[in-house]
Amino acid sequence: MITALGPVAADLGANRVIRGVKIPHPCGDPTLEPAGDHALRIGLVRAALGALGEKIDKATLFRGAS
Amino acid sequence: MASLRVVHYVNQFFGRIGAEEAGDHPFTVRGGPIGPGIGLQKELGDAGQVVATFICGDNRAATDLEAFGAAVTAALREQRADVLVAGPAFNAGRYGLACGEACARAAALGIPAVTAMNAENPGVDLYRAKTYVLPTTPTALGMNETLGRLARFAIRLGRHEVIGAAAVEGYYGKGVHRTAILDRPAAERALDMLVARMAGQKFATELTLPAVEHVAPAAPLADVASARIALITTGGIVPKGNPDGLKQSNSTEWRAYPIAGLEQLEPGKYESIHSGYDASAANSNPNYVMPLDAVRELQHAHAFGDLDERYIVTTGVGTAVVEARRMGREIAAQLKERGVNGVILTAT
Repeated sequence: MITALGPVAADLGANRVIRGVKIPHPCGDPTLEPAGDHALRIGLVRAALGALGEKIDKATLFRGAS
Repeated sequence: MASLRVVHYVNQFFGRIGAEEAGDHPFTVRGGPIGPGIGLQKELGDAGQVVATFICGDNRAATDLEAFGAAVTAALREQRADVLVAGPAFNAGRYGLACGEACARAAALGIPAVTAMNAENPGVDLYRAKTYVLPTTPTALGMNETLGRLARFAIRLGRHEVIGAAAVEGYYGKGVHRTAILDRPAAERALDMLVARMAGQKFATELTLPAVEHVAPAAPLADVASARIALITTGGIVPKGNPDGLKQSNSTEWRAYPIAGLEQLEPGKYESIHSGYDASAANSNPNYVMPLDAVRELQHAHAFGDLDERYIVTTGVGTAVVEARRMGREIAAQLKERGVNGVILTAT
């Protein structure tokens, strides 16, 4: 799961959580230049894919792109 | 004060019809109290009169709650009941369902109702939002004490007295908070609770939070590079114009939309209908919420196997947990059928 409310999601039962950017735009940042925003989004999705391959035994907050 | 007309519901066993072999006994109305109703009448005293006992076999009631409920409704009207008491059902599951349904039907007619059962009875969770359910012991050992509580509760209900919070009155919470004016302000009550807590004393919260269900983490994908991935969002991203009329809040439904051949969610062709956040960023670039552009790029770079040809969307705002759980089950079943190995869910 990618969400700006990472700790809340992990507390409420989501197990693999990636900290997103902001509530209205979890997967990007409109204040960044297009290139930086794009790299940020790639990083978040890459982190999510990485989390899917990671063995965990409890709800875990993974680092996002930055 | 006039004596209340109390109607009592019991199953075939407590109604003295028979045991399991009488489980299909049809819905029957008898005059006056029967079985536990005799104890109930004692506890009611002059305040109420058990004018009729409704009896139905547990199998008959639980296998067709609709027909059972209709029979209860008709009989309650006929009896001009002031209040309905059902059970106690203790930990008997079918009986608990029948008691809950009977009370729910009474409530729908504007007739106050109360039942009692053990916390483990499935009737508690199914009907607690629709009626008052008092806790009981698992078995009928607690009958006398329970009948006393039921009688006192029924008298208050029949007299339309104000029923306070679940924690104070001792019924299973209905999940409803009522506004009430109290003598002491919230700050003082909160401090009292804090002091009690620090002193290790008992205190009753005024706001019971729903229990959080924790799920054991799924095993990791053995090989992400060959996995089939699906995208889900609770951010309300739908094709422009919301063709299926997906709800903007309190969602009870989800949709799947095709993304085969799409390299991104093109601005102007998709929009956010979610009523719980400022959608301007999402509308200017829907990939901020549903990052299809980045997902495609990583797919082309072989970071994972392939992408399911549809994305799934609902609006996660004010959604009841029970609805979320149902939608989750439905979505998971579909994804499994479609051979999906892993999901990226984005939430606003």
